[in-house]
Formats: sequence, structure tokens, C-alpha cells
Amino acid sequence: MILVLVEHDRGVLAPASFEALTFARAFDCEVHAITLGAPADELAPYLGAYGATAVHQAHHDLLVDYGPDASADALVSLVATLKPGALMATGTDRGNEVLAHVAARLDAPFVANVTGENLDASADRWELTRIRWGGSLHERATITADVRLLTVALHAVEPTPAPAPAVATPMPFTPTIDPSAAITIVRDRVKREVGQTLATASVVVGGGRGVGSAEGFEPLEALARELGGVVGCSRAVTNNGWRNHTDQVGQTGTRIGADVYLACGISGAIQHWVGASGAKCIIAINTDAAANMVTKADYAVIGDLHEIVPAITAAIRSRRGV
Amino acid sequence: MRVLVCIKRVPAPGARINVTEDGLAVDTTNLGFTTSPHEECALEAGLQLVEEHGGSATALTLGPPEAEEQLRYAASLGVTDAALIPTDGTDWDPQRTARAIGHVIAELEAVGGEFDVILFGNESADSGGFQVGVRVARALGRPMITGAKGLTMDGTTARVQREIDGTQEVYELRLPAIIGVKEGINLPRYPTMKGRLASRKLGVQIHEAVGEPGGQRMVQLVSPPEQESRLVVLGAGPAAADKVVDLLAERGLL
Ligand SMILES: Cc1cc2nc3c(=O)[nH]c(=O)nc-3n(C[C@H](O)[C@H](O)[C@H](O)COP(=O)(O)OP(=O)(O)OC[C@H]3O[C@@H](n4cnc5c(N)ncnc54)[C@H](O)[C@@H]3O)c2cc1C
Repeated sequence: MILVLVEHDRGVLAPASFEALTFARAFDCEVHAITLGAPADELAPYLGAYGATAVHQAHHDLLVDYGPDASADALVSLVATLKPGALMATGTDRGNEVLAHVAARLDAPFVANVTGENLDASADRWELTRIRWGGSLHERATITADVRLLTVALHAVEPTPAPAPAVATPMPFTPTIDPSAAITIVRDRVKREVGQTLATASVVVGGGRGVGSAEGFEPLEALARELGGVVGCSRAVTNNGWRNHTDQVGQTGTRIGADVYLACGISGAIQHWVGASGAKCIIAINTDAAANMVTKADYAVIGDLHEIVPAITAAIRSRRGV
Repeated sequence: MRVLVCIKRVPAPGARINVTEDGLAVDTTNLGFTTSPHEECALEAGLQLVEEHGGSATALTLGPPEAEEQLRYAASLGVTDAALIPTDGTDWDPQRTARAIGHVIAELEAVGGEFDVILFGNESADSGGFQVGVRVARALGRPMITGAKGLTMDGTTARVQREIDGTQEVYELRLPAIIGVKEGINLPRYPTMKGRLASRKLGVQIHEAVGEPGGQRMVQLVSPPEQESRLVVLGAGPAAADKVVDLLAERGLL
């Protein structure tokens, strides 16, 4: 049996949980889900649709809100009774955090960010593919353990409902959580007002070192406003202090999923590309026709961004008759 | 305040990552090396704590002997002590790495006293295992939180702020504590000339790596297939602006 940790925030399901459930079905054995905290009880029907035949519902005062220690304790206590062949979670910040805590408690291996490719679970030692460098490099890895701990890399598996939906039988239980072990205590949680974010904006106007200065971003801001989009940037820009890190696209920044990404004065290093490649259409603006950002883009304009970006804004305005 | 920052030496590839012929490592011919970005920020956070509360910062790394370069870089920023756990340069699994680091931290503390704060990067840039810091924390019996985007300290408590999917969380950890830092928590400083000179004099303590391999093994590294070029050059200079606007219009963005 494979146990899948379902990620949620006070009962609001993280969509990546469906990716993890879909991934778990590839192993051709029974799939159980686990939800932590009573607010998640109502999720059971959705989990059945993705193939979970049972959902273990952990109820405990310390599980009302997320916390890595209490979550890991709850998982360890269920793993001890069920002895699943594997415990899987989403490859999100929380998923990777919780499984690391479980792995530390069990002193067991934990393979982070596995993709759906070339799984071989025919022997005791499973062979898997995982991502490195934020997805720029793949690794074939083996894991040898009684309970294999894995997370499923984000967007690596297409979430698909089970061909024959199951009825996920709710199985409430009270885990053993050492209150003193819950040493990381949440003091405060605020859901921030989210308008357009870099991750969700439909248009991102990105600027790199070629922009030249903090003030140099004003024309990019103007273009982004015109298109109802947001401004992004490369790490060279954040390292120079021209923009805040919240604007950084890439491996250690944000992955964008825009309809259009205009990459201005960005060379397209692999760590930037990994955050940009989720955009459906990439238009590069660069003086260097051989830059990686240009050769990998869908479209390119060769030349000085300081001339081209304002010209695009002006052309939009004139087409709108303003 | 005694602060320890655990850092990792990683290659700094440009347009692509090439793999050696045997598939067991990144081909680093012609590549420079750097400190993994989250750890650059961990170093900065550690130095700021020392500036604010007094004490000293130590840097520790497990890696090939050449990782001394990253320790010296840390010293050029203000770290005053450094510990290197040399490996044979091959890829170590996370359990083994954590065991070796935990062991050396215990050695350092036996001599110099407990570290109030131990900082790690949230995940290393290259292998991205998301777990070494958490394992070390468990072994040492200390509270641990990852993803730190803000950090303040008052006497006995560390307040860590982080953001996950638009929700801001604040955690309080009793000291001594271990914290995984994410890029963006601060803007790392650059070395000063004085710092560079001081870093040459840094004595790097060498510690033997103690720790059995764990249950995860790397078999092979594989570059994902390169996409076929699909580039259409729209033109050169501002004259091409109209064609860009055509594309935007086609996509309904006007
Ligand atoms: C572990 C690791 C993680 C990293 N994570 C990230 C990350 O998350 N995000 C990220 O972006 N980077 C990341 N980097 C850094 C990355 O490797 C590059 O250094 C960085 O992306 C370069 O930024 P850039 O393209 O703006 O600058 P450069 O590489 O210097 O490129 C500038 C480009 O601007 C062009 N240009 C110059 N002037 C003009 C002009 N007037 N008009 C038009 N074009 C012009 C040049 O031709 C060039 O192509 C990471 C690096 C490492 C080692």
C-alpha cells in the first residue's frame, strides 16, 4: 500500500495533491490518502476520484494549523501502524519540509522531487528519476528502505482522475504527537491580499542586467501596465539591488506561467530559463542574437531594449488610439 | 552569539549543464564555482546577527578540498572561523552528509561551546535534497524551520518569518535553533578589500568525515532533451515593435 499525504491549507486543497495521487497510482497497488487536521475531513470525496480507497484523517489540536513537527509526528505514528511501502507527498515547500522531518525521525532515506519517468519498483530497491538544479538536470537514483519516502516534483505529472473512481473510506484517528516535540510553533498566520503575482500574471515583462539600473525599469513598468502584467527580473538585477527578490524569475526565484514573457536584456542562463520556460510564448529582446534567451525563445527582436521597449508601448497606445 | 553557517560549493553553469561521460557528475571543465545562493543569504543573515548581537560567525562546508575557496570567500565577508569536511568529490547522499555535518558540529561545540544559531540554505542549488538541515537538527535535538525570509532574535528566541503560497507564517523557535534560509531574506554583501586580505590568513580546520552512507544512491545524471529551436526573429530595433504588438493582439492581450 502507498500512503499519500494530501496537502491543504485549513481545508483548501493544494492542487498538487492530485499530481501526487496520480503518481502513486502508477505503482499498481492500493493507494490510501492521509489528511492532517479536522478542517480537511470534507476533502475525502475528491480524493476517491483520484483513486484513494481510504483516507486516514488525523485529528489533533496541534494539527489545526500546519506545523512541520506536529505533521511529521502524525505521519510517523500512522506509518508505524500501517507500514506502507511508501509515503509520498507533493514537491512543494511544505511537502518537502514535512517529509524531511519524517525522514529525520525514521532515519530513513527521502528522495525529493521525483518525476513520473522510468519508475522501476519491481525490486526492493526502487529506481526513480528526480530533478536537480530546479529541473535543469535529471538524476536516476535508487532508494532502499522499508518505507520509501518521496515527494513528487511539481508539474511533473499530469493530474488525472482514476479510470474507476473509488470511494475513499474515512478513517479518523488520533495520532500521538509529543507536545514538547512540536517545538516549532506558529505565532501568526496572515493570508496576504493576492492580486497579480509574478507566478500567475498573464504577461510578464522581464528585465536583466541589460536594463542597466533601477530607474531603467521604468519603461518596462510602463509596458507591463499597458498590458495588465507585472515586471520580472534576473538574479543579476536583484544582486545589484535594482529590484526586490520577489520579482526574480528562476531557480531560486519564481516560476512563471505567463501567456507571454518579454525577456529584455536577459542572457538566458539555465537557472533563469528554468523559471521562464513555463511561459507559453517567449519574446526575447537582446542586442546579442546569439544569447541563449534569444535562441531558445519563440520570437526575438535584436537591438537595444532602451529603444525597443518604449517603441512597443507607443505602438500599443497608437493602436488603441490613445 | 555564536553562529554557524553551513554552505555548499556548487558549479556555476551558464547556458546549459553538461554531464561527464560516465554520467556521474556535472562536467565542470571551464566552469567557475560559487556558494549556493540560499547559503550566500544564510551567510549574510549570520553576519547581520553577529553585527547586531555580538559574537562570531563560523562557516562549515562538506565537499572536495577545493571548497576551501568558498570558506575563504565567507571569511572575506566577515566569518572568522572555518571548518572543512573534505570528501573525495563524489556525490554524497543526504543522510551521509547530515551525519558527517552533525558529527563535526558536535566536535566544534565540544571545544568552543554551543552555537546559538545554525543556518543552512533551504536547499542546495545542485542536488536539491531539501533535508540535510532538518536531519542535523533532529540529530542535535534542536528546533528547525525552513524557508526563512525574515529572521530576528531576542535573547532566547528566534522569530522566523516565511511565506508559502501567499500565506505569511511567523514561527518562534527556542535557542539554540537551526534555520533554513531562502534567497531574498537579504541582499548579500560583497567582500571588502580588507576582508579579502583577512581571508588569506584564515585558518581552515580540517575535520574527518564520519558517517555511513544512507539509503539513497545516485545512479546517473541525465540532461533533459534540448528543445528544437522554434525561433522566429521579428526584426531589429524599434522598427520591429509593430510585429510584437501584432503577436500580443493575436493572443488577446490588447
Ligand atoms: C545556483 C544558481 C542559481 C541561480 N538562480 C537564478 C535565478 O533564479 N534567476 C536568474 O535570473 N538567475 C539565476 N542565477 C544566475 C544566472 O546564472 C545568471 O548569472 C543570471 O541570470 C544573469 O542575469 P542576466 O541575464 O540579467 O545578466 P547577463 O548574463 O549579464 O546578461 C545580460 C544580457 O543583456 C543583454 N544586453 C545588454 N545590454 C542590452 C541592451 N541595451 N539591450 C538589450 N540587451 C542588452 C546582453 O546581450 C546579455 O545577453 C543563478 C545562478 C546560480 C549559480
